[in-house]
Amino acid sequence: MQVPEDLRYSEDHEWVKVADGVATIGITDYAQEELGDIVFVELPQVGATLAQGATLGVVESVKAVSDVYVPVTGTVVEVNRHLADHPETINESPYGDGWMVRLSMTTPSELARLMTAEQYQAFIATERD
Amino acid sequence: MRFTPHTAAEVQAMLGAIGAPSVAALFAHVPAALRATAALRLPAGIDECGVREELAALAGANRSGDGLVFLGAGAYPHFVPAAVEQLAGRAEFATAYTPYQPEVSQGTLQATFEFQSAIAALTGMEVANASMYDGASAAAEAVLMAQRLRPDRTAVVLSRALHPQYRQVIATYLEGVGDVEIVTVAYGEGGTTALPSTAVLERASCLVLGSPNVFGAIEDLAAAAAAAHAGGGLLVNVTTEALALALLRTPGACGVDIAVAEGQSLGLPLSYGGPGLGLFASRQSFLRSLPGRLVGETVDASGRRGFVLTLATREQHIRRERATSNICTNHGLCALQATIYMALLGRRGLGVLAERNLRGAHALAERLAGLGRLRFAAPYFNEFVLQVPDARRRWEAALGRGVVAGLPLADWYPELEDCLLVCATEVHDTAAHDRLVAALGGTA
Repeated sequence: MQVPEDLRYSEDHEWVKVADGVATIGITDYAQEELGDIVFVELPQVGATLAQGATLGVVESVKAVSDVYVPVTGTVVEVNRHLADHPETINESPYGDGWMVRLSMTTPSELARLMTAEQYQAFIATERD
Repeated sequence: MRFTPHTAAEVQAMLGAIGAPSVAALFAHVPAALRATAALRLPAGIDECGVREELAALAGANRSGDGLVFLGAGAYPHFVPAAVEQLAGRAEFATAYTPYQPEVSQGTLQATFEFQSAIAALTGMEVANASMYDGASAAAEAVLMAQRLRPDRTAVVLSRALHPQYRQVIATYLEGVGDVEIVTVAYGEGGTTALPSTAVLERASCLVLGSPNVFGAIEDLAAAAAAAHAGGGLLVNVTTEALALALLRTPGACGVDIAVAEGQSLGLPLSYGGPGLGLFASRQSFLRSLPGRLVGETVDASGRRGFVLTLATREQHIRRERATSNICTNHGLCALQATIYMALLGRRGLGVLAERNLRGAHALAERLAGLGRLRFAAPYFNEFVLQVPDARRRWEAALGRGVVAGLPLADWYPELEDCLLVCATEVHDTAAHDRLVAALGGTA
């Protein structure tokens, strides 16, 4: 179970990587494993403004459909179009090529509400019980 | 799967297994005031002879089609070969359960896959679902699908020449959606839809036409598609007489985005109004927004071909309130009958039958030209509007002579007071035509 140190995590199993005010968002290794083989990904439109907690997209596996939520408020600047034809990339590389959305943050202070890698590790340990 | 009820011994064994004293005890948590105490008031059972007599009396109250009923208007008289019922009635098909378990449902699933393939070919569309209840609900589902695909639109445009009961069903379905305006556009002098302006279409998720429409007239679907697309919306085509699809340029070839139809003409008896068969076909790119069941072809773990229900994530048992529809069924046995019918006639046979319908209806219209005139100039398939003086009185007189001379249109279109909607299919031979002409002309 990979939980990279340099990322922040939400309770809905999204990860955030910040660089120059831009947040890259995806779902965690734990999430992709729980979902199973991902067959379809619905992403937002570039330019959409999404508030923290709102639905940014949908991830569909063979057995379930899961909403993906916005961990930090912002405007979508880029979406990973590769996922349209290769949704399985999220299973293969959830923190790398399986990134979903990049958004320009409006309220960077919201990052403080997210968990560190250590806190997330503890969180999923309790989820498993 | 057996359908025998439990024996008393089996009930006792089950109660013992779960540790319950009695069946009544299982309902003990339901408040006493809500528990039914009276026994069901059913009459005593009667023997087989008695049942036959009672049902015969009921059936005797109906007038059955005897070749002298020239009614279409959404339900069409066609000949159904005996083989259709014989094959569909086989126990393996008639008692098969919903194919959620593919490993025990390959027969049902393969038949449904063949059905989907046939409907896709018939409509010229890329994908067809496993069927819906009937043409009207299929039309309503098509409108809902268009709204999902164009969520920023606040209106749907319906042609007034689309069957009025279909329009009522669409309105009913849209009531639940809210904030979607129904804009009705008129039909022109020729009997086809007067296409709305781009300004109107730019507000709408879809334009919905019937073709052939309620007057039997064939619409210019290509022009309608161009108009709808120019407005950024979709074109939905509704065909109440599915046999027409075998002869006319397919909806797919005309640029239709969602093609729906009533499949009753394809091997289903009229049966006093049902069950029907909703045909639903669309573009491959809209696949994830498609309502209804979908059967897919795949391979199993050993590499053998098999069939399964697929893309189930569109359906409510997975996506719940965000599913593409609340339907969780299809009209399996009806779809099977249609598939057998289409297989028996074949691609060429369906075309020959359709042509016979076309010629018969046109010949009849010519015969009736002495009595009245064709109200609309648009080309038609097997149904047309006859304008004749004193239409209602003549219709009633004809009925008295045992002939149902079509449908008096004034009930649905008050402005078409002196008009009868007449349908003639392969079941109406020359003698039947003679009887109609005589009955309407008052010379029978």
